[in-house]
Amino acid sequence: MSTTVPAEIAARLDVPQYEEEGEFPVERGYVWTTCASVENGNPLFWDDEVAEELTGGPIAPPTMVSVWFRPHHWAPGRTAERLPLQVHFDLKEALGLPEAVMTENTIVFHEPVRPGDRLRTHQVLRSVSDEKATKLGTGRFWVIDVEYRNQHGDLVAVESYTGFGYRRDLP
Amino acid sequence: MSHAPALVLGSVAEGDVLPVLAYPVTATTVVLGALASRDWRPMHHDKDFAVERNGTRDIFLNTPNQAAWFERYVTDWTGPHGRLGRVTFRMKGSVFPGDTMELHGTVEDVGVDDVGCGWVQLAVTLRVGDEEKTTCAMRVAVPVDENDNPWRRRGDQWRP
Repeated sequence: MSTTVPAEIAARLDVPQYEEEGEFPVERGYVWTTCASVENGNPLFWDDEVAEELTGGPIAPPTMVSVWFRPHHWAPGRTAERLPLQVHFDLKEALGLPEAVMTENTIVFHEPVRPGDRLRTHQVLRSVSDEKATKLGTGRFWVIDVEYRNQHGDLVAVESYTGFGYRRDLP
Repeated sequence: MSHAPALVLGSVAEGDVLPVLAYPVTATTVVLGALASRDWRPMHHDKDFAVERNGTRDIFLNTPNQAAWFERYVTDWTGPHGRLGRVTFRMKGSVFPGDTMELHGTVEDVGVDDVGCGWVQLAVTLRVGDEEKTTCAMRVAVPVDENDNPWRRRGDQWRP
């Protein structure tokens, strides 16, 4: 097992990458579909009168913040697959780790996200571990931060992912 | 019409236990949750892929949809005045079709910060049978009194 992080990977630490705007504005259809998927009856998302009184108009569930950045599965003219959390997939490829899972996720919420918002984001690789053996296989843990802002520049959320990229160990 | 808070800080105490939410997970639960969160990765809709590539026994709930379940669980308790500040969750095992998942929550701390915002710290677990599948630490703002509304806080008045 390797106990060092390759220099090429170390050079990416704490460097903002993949600055981008979401492919579409925040919209209520996905809000309702998400609420339906977990049977969330919070009136903030279903009753405009309540939303107006409490949040100054409709908002999206805060935990949906990453939803607005997952690329369409297909788009005209696109020749390469776009992947969400691209830094995660870059690490899998660069480190030769074909499988990966997310093991921990922290989200800190700031300004509410509203229908019509155009959100922007970037990703920052914060750490990569030495190789470790787990029940899934042998690989490395890494931490990626994702910062989200709205079209006014207001911070709406910071998300931090811990991923584990691995090779399945042969029996 | 003004909507009164369903829960205010003074009615919450350390050690309080939230009502359990039990839910039978089906393939539809998993696929609907994945597509609602725009997660097209095959381990959340293709059983053969999940088994052969991920080494799991079936498709399984994705991370963003678990976040949506945790949010729903906590705001069912707080009512719409409850405003999430911070969520940290750790996945220990996967949730599959056929599982009955249960969400359990306990109040770990109650307090008011330097700018007067009321906070409740919760430990929430997603269990299947006796097994903890996901653990979640949640910090949620609730009104300090009937006239308070954490959603009005902006800038340095909001310290999640």
